[in-house]
Amino acid sequence: MLKSFFTLIAASLLLVQTAGAAETVKLALIDPLTGPMAGAGQPALEHLKFEAKRINANGGIAGKQLEIVGLDNKVNPQESLVQLQKAIDGGIQYVTQGNGSSVASALIGAVEKHNQRNPGKEVMYLNYAAVDPSFTNERCSYWHFRFDANADMKMNALTSYIAENKDIKKVYLINQDYSFGHAVSEAAREMLKEKRPDIEIVGNDFHPLAKVKDFTPYISKIQSSGADAVISGNWGQDITLLVKAAAEFGLDAPFYTYYGASSGVVTQLGDKGVDRIYQINEYYGDFEDEEMAKRQVNMYKETGWDFYYLRLSTLLDMFKKAADKAGSTDPVAVAKAMEGLSLETTTGEVVMRAEDHQIQLPMFISVMQDDMEYGAEGTDYNFHKVARIDRDDVTLPTTCRMRRPK
Amino acid sequence: MLELVIFSTLNGVLYGLLLFMLSSGLTLIFSMMGVLNFAHASFYMLGAYFAYTLGMYTGFWPALILAPLLVGALGSLVERFGLRRVHANGHVAELLFTFGLAYVIDELVQMVWGTVAVAYREPSYMREPLFTLFGTDYSIFRGVVILISILMFIALWYLLKKTRVGMMIRAALTHGEMVGHLGHNVPRLFMGVFGFGCALAALAGVIGGPLLATEPGMAATLGPIVFVVVVVGGMGSLQGAFYASLLIGLLQTFFVAIDASLADVFNALGANLDPYGEVGRISLATLAPMTPFILLVLILIFRPRGLMGELEP
Repeated sequence: MLKSFFTLIAASLLLVQTAGAAETVKLALIDPLTGPMAGAGQPALEHLKFEAKRINANGGIAGKQLEIVGLDNKVNPQESLVQLQKAIDGGIQYVTQGNGSSVASALIGAVEKHNQRNPGKEVMYLNYAAVDPSFTNERCSYWHFRFDANADMKMNALTSYIAENKDIKKVYLINQDYSFGHAVSEAAREMLKEKRPDIEIVGNDFHPLAKVKDFTPYISKIQSSGADAVISGNWGQDITLLVKAAAEFGLDAPFYTYYGASSGVVTQLGDKGVDRIYQINEYYGDFEDEEMAKRQVNMYKETGWDFYYLRLSTLLDMFKKAADKAGSTDPVAVAKAMEGLSLETTTGEVVMRAEDHQIQLPMFISVMQDDMEYGAEGTDYNFHKVARIDRDDVTLPTTCRMRRPK
Repeated sequence: MLELVIFSTLNGVLYGLLLFMLSSGLTLIFSMMGVLNFAHASFYMLGAYFAYTLGMYTGFWPALILAPLLVGALGSLVERFGLRRVHANGHVAELLFTFGLAYVIDELVQMVWGTVAVAYREPSYMREPLFTLFGTDYSIFRGVVILISILMFIALWYLLKKTRVGMMIRAALTHGEMVGHLGHNVPRLFMGVFGFGCALAALAGVIGGPLLATEPGMAATLGPIVFVVVVVGGMGSLQGAFYASLLIGLLQTFFVAIDASLADVFNALGANLDPYGEVGRISLATLAPMTPFILLVLILIFRPRGLMGELEP
């Protein structure tokens, strides 16, 4: 209670202080910056700040300097709404968030309502990681843009890869008990049934979000189920502790994860993670591109965090491209320019689909390896690319019927 | 099935012993001074962080001794210069004092070690398997943790039952004033017990840090459960705390392990619950983190003095 009160005061002071500067455009990151999930929010904040410097050196956003403001929500939807209000009161018109579809759901509703009631003061919500498929399907919103593949797209790619491995006969699902975790589990069951009807789902567990510190009971259960592979959409501490417990008990089944390369995994697992932890993501840890390798080295040196969120760089680059195209930083103009916008990235061309504001991009499956040229977290381990899934194979149709402002 | 039972039991006992190490100090302090120390879990957290930092210079084993000693000394100082002064204003003031202290320690830890988990791990040779059963490894470290917990339990029992200091503590539990009249320095005894309790919590932190996670939220996660242990075991009863710790450890582990829903359980007991209804389909595994608190409520309703307690709370 007390702590959130103080962060509120600190945040409002910060907003008041910076509100005066004229030629800046501010982007607020509303994410967990303290608590058990801070390991997911802190690197995102540092990544944004690191990349903002590059954007600013290249002329900024439509000529204005980009400024990143971090607001701590502790993965709590109510707290996020308070932070959103703080941001809006401070004149911020761009917010980004990624950790927790529960939070994203609250933000979409609040932004939609705000924009309806305050024409001329619109707010744009750039989602970099909340991947509940409904946000770009039945619940799609004009002011929401998603820069990460949604849970179904990721599962589509992941199950295609698993389906090719004939050694996998039994699969265990373990996920967080909220909308996103259930979406992952449902997609996995449906898609595996379609692509490999012979695969048996030997377990389907849900555990509370960010509450479990000791995953050993779950690991015993997986072990005794005889699973050949585990699929998990866990993120933050829930993935770190899950694979740590698995490694400790010598569980041989590989983990096919959404966020296996989250901060802390490499350090906690060491050699026990090699060839065991797979990840489906928009990037991987090889850094063959010289420019990306330079950013990884510099960012780790400057901030102590790895260059992990390529999609945050994409987000900022597309933000810049849309604003430059519109010649304005007014969200109405930027949102319009963002629809259907394409960008050449290090992994290929990505497109912000106008229909549902879901980015279309190539995805990669990577596995943890030793002796990598660019190690993560100061080690020699990182995630090596094993498969590329092209944009056209990742894409899925949408049921979105977008309501656009007149 | 057998492997699941064996490993769940091992894990449950391990978790239970860790809980006992934490709650033994709390229940000692409570029975002696009447103070429910809200900051107890914060000392557990300090133990883990101290061991992490010390371990970088001294290695794991010296840190295992040094960190609890340091935290114990810190606890004694808190008692001597904080709690003792507040004591004059009654129990509510003491409660508020420890409550505030918990927040102060929380914030300090975040300032010094950051808001993200630190990479505190057991030495690499202890990650090797102690034995392998049905293809599951049981690491040396887990064996060491069980051993340390049992040794601590024996040492504590010996201290309280067989030594002169233990006699004084036991006497002061029930007849504090009389012990004072006999010429013993009761305030110093209080300071010692408080420091000792904190040191035990820190010891739990040193071994619990690598086992769970060393992060600023670790006190807030275990804190409430430790209180449940003390209440379920019976306020002030060490033996009760021991049984309650093991009970909670095993309950939580087995709830995860058993693949059944609420409907399965109630219908087996003769009730008629819709297995696909909102309530009936809840699985026992999702209830696992709630079990300590369900137990707390049940105990308070049906046996308010706890398993082994002598006093009504």
